[in-house]
Amino acid sequence: MIEGILLEGLIYGIMALGVFMSFRILDFPDLTAEGAFPFGASVGGALIAGGTPAPLALLAAFGAGALAGCATSAIHHGLRVPALLAGIVTITGLYSIDLRVLGGRANLPLIAKNPVMRSAESWLGSSFNTSWASFLAFALITFVILVVLDLFFHSEVGVALGALGNNEASVVSAGVNPVRLRTFGIALGNGLAGLSGALAASYQGFADVNFGQGVIAAGLASVMLGELLIRSNRIGVLLFRVILGSLLFRAIMYAGRSWGYLAGITPNDLKLMTAVLVVVALALTRWKDRLATMGPRRGKAAP
Amino acid sequence: MIDHGKVEIHLEKVEVAFGRGTVDEHLVLRGIDLEVKKGQRISIIGSNGAGKTTLLNAIAGTVPICAGKVFIGGVDRAGEREWMRARYVGRVRQDPLAGTAGGMSVIDNLALAARKGSRRFVPSMTPKLRRELVARVAELGMGLENRLKENVNRLSGGQRQALTLLMAAISRPAVLLLDEHIAALDPRNADMVSALTKRFVQEYNLTSITVTHDMKRALDEGDRLVMMHDGRIIVDIEGAEKADMDVEKLIALFGKARGAAFVQDDALLR
Repeated sequence: MIEGILLEGLIYGIMALGVFMSFRILDFPDLTAEGAFPFGASVGGALIAGGTPAPLALLAAFGAGALAGCATSAIHHGLRVPALLAGIVTITGLYSIDLRVLGGRANLPLIAKNPVMRSAESWLGSSFNTSWASFLAFALITFVILVVLDLFFHSEVGVALGALGNNEASVVSAGVNPVRLRTFGIALGNGLAGLSGALAASYQGFADVNFGQGVIAAGLASVMLGELLIRSNRIGVLLFRVILGSLLFRAIMYAGRSWGYLAGITPNDLKLMTAVLVVVALALTRWKDRLATMGPRRGKAAP
Repeated sequence: MIDHGKVEIHLEKVEVAFGRGTVDEHLVLRGIDLEVKKGQRISIIGSNGAGKTTLLNAIAGTVPICAGKVFIGGVDRAGEREWMRARYVGRVRQDPLAGTAGGMSVIDNLALAARKGSRRFVPSMTPKLRRELVARVAELGMGLENRLKENVNRLSGGQRQALTLLMAAISRPAVLLLDEHIAALDPRNADMVSALTKRFVQEYNLTSITVTHDMKRALDEGDRLVMMHDGRIIVDIEGAEKADMDVEKLIALFGKARGAAFVQDDALLR
């Protein structure tokens, strides 16, 4: 059970990293993850079912998500459609594409041939309990992604991307095309969501067109829970805390599922729990901010 | 014929209109001709709505021009977008928050400026560049070299404006545009940033165009003084003529050039 929480936390944490990219780094309210996640699951799932090696299938899922992000960015920048609406348009269109990718079905079972999970389990399987082995494998994948992202954010492009959400003018004065840069950021974030979708499909044993429902809210809840845990301005820590937030979110959801009946909570109430969690995390963050600024405001202003 | 070896900026009959094709169409720049020599420091004054900021915007590419040519370093760059021209144009605006990314560290902001125009997947910081940037920041004399990892939004307005200025200077632009960049600062910080500006312009041998409301500063600083009114350049003096000028004469000149008695506009033209 605990390894189940950890696994889900890691898998959906990768999606939450994508949400963090758009909402926090780019300050761009991008809902596309809701479509990129099932799109990645469908593409990855279909490829795995067709016998494609797992790493390739995961890469394709990342590419599929990135493509979804590019679509949203093109609609937003090209036609001046508001970001939220551009995302919804992409999500709507992707639903039909998912159905086609899955061969006209809404659901594709993967249990029989699931190389991602099988290789994860066989990797350490002999000495470990299989679910712990797959947890370690996913932890490794997540760690690699965190390291790569951290390196990326220390590159020229990465620093510019960080500045873009802060102050677009500073990026323009640095001689960078802000539209191209933002498109790249949105693609990267949704690529992560797509990859996460494919990993989730492998873990669940099936790919489903309705996988995406509520992932944005879950991602946001994870990002915000993480922000409650640690404060920092170092990008590596910021990325890591998204994963921590995701783990905490899954743990809370698990508690709701397992012991919620004691408080009259049924599985039907889980989405409401997610929404309430987002609101509570936001309220707590505001409250913490106010506490933090209380001191200097009461005392003398800094010279 | 213009010798582009000596002229850094050359504007030819530049027109900018707002609300084009509507009944509210308004010409903000009505055919500006301006030649700025390499290393020249120009101050631009004029009442509100004269088109001073729009002139800078036309050079930087922030607003599109509807007629004319904008030569920077001998090439007409009127068709280039703002981010493309940023390689040749450095800019400091009035708002101290405008030029830096507040949520990023001092050193990251500097790295962004130092690697102007280059966007690759290579580390933004090398030990060599870091040493160089730290030395530059230390020259500001603000102790920022000890706060490199702090976010810029924790700095004061004056510090932030000084940092923006340094960022604009280290990217070694062909021209430095200063848009009332000390107007939002308190007198002490204004003097400090003003002194820094003078130093950087000399040290980096920059061509600069400064928009200001402060007539005295405009007269004291810079090699050339340009006065604008209603989208036109109405006064353009340098050398002995400028040295001979004081604020009162300037106001009289403004009234004369405008072709009307100078009404109490000195609230705007201090």
